[in-house]
Amino acid sequence: MYRQTLTQLAADLRARRVSSVELVRAFLARIEASQRDLNAFVTVTAEQALAQAEAADRALAAGRGGALEGVPFGHKDLFCTAGVRTTCGSRMLKQFISPYDATVVSRLKAAGAVMLGKLNMDEFAMGSSNETSYFGPVRNPWNRALVPGGSSGGSAAAVAARLLPAATATDTGGSIRQPAAFCGVTGIKPTYGRVSRYGMIAFASSLDQAGVIAASAEDAARVLREMAGFDPRDSTSVDAPVPDYLAELDQPLAGLKIGVLKEFFDTGLDAAYERCVREALAVFERLGASVREVSLPNIPLSVPVYYVVAPAECSSNLARYDGVRFGHRCAEAHDLEDLYKRSRSEGFGAEVKRRIMTGTYVLSAGYYDAYYLKAQRVRRLIAADFARAFGEVDLLMGPTTPTPAFELGAKVADPITMYLNDIYTIGANLAGLPAMSVPCGFAAGLPAGLQIIGPHFAEARLLNAAHRYQRETDWHLRIPEAYA
Amino acid sequence: MSAWETVIGLEIHAQLATRSKIFSGAPTAYGAAPNSQACLVDLGYPGVLPVLNAEVVRMAVRFGLAIGARIARHSVFARKNYFYPDLPKGYQISQYELPIVAAGAIEIVLEDGTVKRIGVTRAHLEEDAGKSLHEGLGAFTGIDLNRAGTPLIEIVSEPEMRSAKEAVAYMKKVHTLVRYLEICDGNMQEGSFRCDANVSVRPVGTEKFGTRAEIKNINSFRYVEKAIQYEAARQIELIESGGKVVQETRLWDPDKGETRSMRSKEEANDYRYFPDPDLLPLEIDAAYIEAVREALPELPDAKAARFVAAYGLSAYDALVLTASRELADYYEAVVRAVPEQPKLAANWVMGELSAALNKDGLEIGAGRLSAERLAGLLVRIADDTISGKIAKEVFEAMWASGESADAIIEAKGLKQITDTGAIEQAIEAVMAKNPAQLAEFRAGKDKLFGFFVGQVMKATQGKANPAQLNELLKKKLPG
Amino acid sequence: MALTREQVENIAHLARLELEPAEIPRFQQNLSSIVEFIGELERAETAGIAPMAHPLPGLTQRLRPDVVSEPDERELYQKNAPQVAAGLYLVPKVIE
Repeated sequence: MYRQTLTQLAADLRARRVSSVELVRAFLARIEASQRDLNAFVTVTAEQALAQAEAADRALAAGRGGALEGVPFGHKDLFCTAGVRTTCGSRMLKQFISPYDATVVSRLKAAGAVMLGKLNMDEFAMGSSNETSYFGPVRNPWNRALVPGGSSGGSAAAVAARLLPAATATDTGGSIRQPAAFCGVTGIKPTYGRVSRYGMIAFASSLDQAGVIAASAEDAARVLREMAGFDPRDSTSVDAPVPDYLAELDQPLAGLKIGVLKEFFDTGLDAAYERCVREALAVFERLGASVREVSLPNIPLSVPVYYVVAPAECSSNLARYDGVRFGHRCAEAHDLEDLYKRSRSEGFGAEVKRRIMTGTYVLSAGYYDAYYLKAQRVRRLIAADFARAFGEVDLLMGPTTPTPAFELGAKVADPITMYLNDIYTIGANLAGLPAMSVPCGFAAGLPAGLQIIGPHFAEARLLNAAHRYQRETDWHLRIPEAYA
Repeated sequence: MSAWETVIGLEIHAQLATRSKIFSGAPTAYGAAPNSQACLVDLGYPGVLPVLNAEVVRMAVRFGLAIGARIARHSVFARKNYFYPDLPKGYQISQYELPIVAAGAIEIVLEDGTVKRIGVTRAHLEEDAGKSLHEGLGAFTGIDLNRAGTPLIEIVSEPEMRSAKEAVAYMKKVHTLVRYLEICDGNMQEGSFRCDANVSVRPVGTEKFGTRAEIKNINSFRYVEKAIQYEAARQIELIESGGKVVQETRLWDPDKGETRSMRSKEEANDYRYFPDPDLLPLEIDAAYIEAVREALPELPDAKAARFVAAYGLSAYDALVLTASRELADYYEAVVRAVPEQPKLAANWVMGELSAALNKDGLEIGAGRLSAERLAGLLVRIADDTISGKIAKEVFEAMWASGESADAIIEAKGLKQITDTGAIEQAIEAVMAKNPAQLAEFRAGKDKLFGFFVGQVMKATQGKANPAQLNELLKKKLPG
Repeated sequence: MALTREQVENIAHLARLELEPAEIPRFQQNLSSIVEFIGELERAETAGIAPMAHPLPGLTQRLRPDVVSEPDERELYQKNAPQVAAGLYLVPKVIE
């Protein structure tokens, strides 16, 4: 039954063809069996999950329950979960038990989803390979010598290996789409403000957005429908109705205008990967869409913009980890400064320190205008490029990443090489746009991802296009052999 | 030795009197058990987010309008980044480049009666920090974050004050204003209203500002005066003995009566301000501003002017009576009961009543003596039932007992004697008892007139109507 | 642009991070290459372009009614605290 999509499982649960307890037991067994190889989970909450599954079964038996009642589920370990350890992949929060649920967590709980555990991730979501996690790297189910991508590597690997039908993830510069592409699963980052950030441990507040990684666009739509919506606890949450994403899925694509991002094919794109993407575009043409080239002249600057804005915000967001109210505290501090410095230095890993220091630098006196303000100006140029493009086309498409998954350790030595992995994904974060990655084939035996970017609040259109594509292809149904 | 001029600018922090905090739903009450009013947002817990309190915005706009300032249609919250244990997030949410209130002014009255206008550069919203407790915890400092997130308006003046007295007058005026506006309880002991003073000195007649020192967290009018006086003297002495003032933060030590350098804030700060990405720009439209303007109360300057015009009070008396809204309201309640006697009312409110309140350490609003009760006394003075002197005795009894003036006059038999026959009788008795003095008076010793007034008053326990007594004595004594 | 060792130490201090002496050259090298990388932004023509702090255009701050909604949960919240006494969070003695 693990091979079934979330949509099928939800239907089976509702029809009482399977119980939630059975499903939860089956997935827990798969999680346990895979944990040494994949390390996708930081925490497995078996006991609570079974108790919750029993309650879900009672609700289903009584004909009650939410849209995801009894469905096994997982949360990236930066969503705060009441009473359950929330580590953010960091030694800093190794023993942090959140006293509250993130809005995303409580919404999915209300919809009946059963949490099986917390998923591994790059430390504080800073990374593109899941190698910065304090709890060790996650491995790619397609080839365990490779990285799963990051920062939502645990979520992507778990769904790819069918340890879970779906999981939450977050995306600050590609952290949903890049691992989804590397692991051959479907991931959506909604419009900034579409899903509440309350209870989602912040990396870069103006870029972070919660989304979902699932086996298909239909599954993603089903989960997103429950997650999305206004939250009065988040000032940046948008107070607008959430469309029924499922109702829009089957709309025909005839007349859809697709823009192909010229700059994404210009530099460094792997040839086999490019073929997969071009073939996917041909499928859309067969479905009646028109495809034309679109240029975003400022997009090549998106990575440097990102590596100013995100570190700046992170340097401030992570100042709260000072060893006083929660989190790691060094032993026997001899004064306040010693307490701060040692607690933080022991609690944070090298990449987090690099970002905090970069951010501190770009905000400091004398550099603020040259870096921070300059980056925010270029950010506006990039957003304007997208706005112009969406005046001409309905959706933009291109590769999600320049290459398929790379080997563990291949890029850790050089931060810039690692950062350039997000070259295609960062633009959507800077402009707050919804974007997806959809499996579109295999490049030298490894999954390739088609990226779809839409205008603000066009999630329904994205999911519709992805779903119609997935009706024509079966890339999203492929399961790595070791987990098939 | 040259003459020196002191240059002072004040940064006043007034806690806004909201129920909940600026960015969270935790209560703001003073004096709760440590950390019992610090919610997840106030503690800076991972994942939580700020949402702005509507009342805070309304109060800031109210203040801005009251000082004739520009209300920013578009203002931005920024993060001020620094590490300190009373600052849970490692940054304070404040307003930096685009504050909500800009360019207003406040008028103060100087000792010689002239009015001076002090510019207010800006007033911005921010969150208060928590408190550090250093006593009784051994090698530790304890952190109480109940105050963290309490809304503050920081009111920044231009460096336009030239003496400690001017600074105090300015601070008092702001204090009066925020209480009139009901945006701050003004309680300085609890830290609801406090200020930092930027002090520098320069030779009289020069333009260029001297190097300034910032004196932190002064929480009384007296200390503002003392701290500035001390600091100015320190700087002058330093310069005159060949030293140089360094720009630094200093702490006022009320026990020692001196300012001293703050070690913990010594290093040059680099606050790395940037717009808070968790909060969106605050937009205020004209209709909102107009609605707030219409709801403004009568402000102290306008009220004082009205008291001068309507009640014939001196400018000084009007200033004293409008120092707080409660005092002004009290005065006007008294005047409503004795409309013909506004000056008498002013004298009693500023005189006996203020003295009695001071003596017992009470506020005007304490309800010890209602305006109606005081008016009852003034009515009896005005209608000659009692003399002014007797009235003081009645007032004391009223202050002590809670009785009405009439009840006390009645019970103590203090009613003035206005019956001519009775007064004449008393005069005749005194004349009969003092033949020698009478003879001397009649021989031309006019000064003895007073002696007879005193004797008759004594005989009538002070109740004889003084005017009538005078008349009658003038008739009777010459014989 | 290369960052000096002193600059790196100063940044680390501002961020309250303690770097091992042996780590400093690596951070110095990393940060220098990052600074060089973001220095590319200089090339962009941004005259007259306002900085963009938020990804969604036109959104403004929402206001919350002034209502007390958070009860006292000190005991729960202090479960994560490394060191408390009498309800206070403890830090090494601070001299003001």
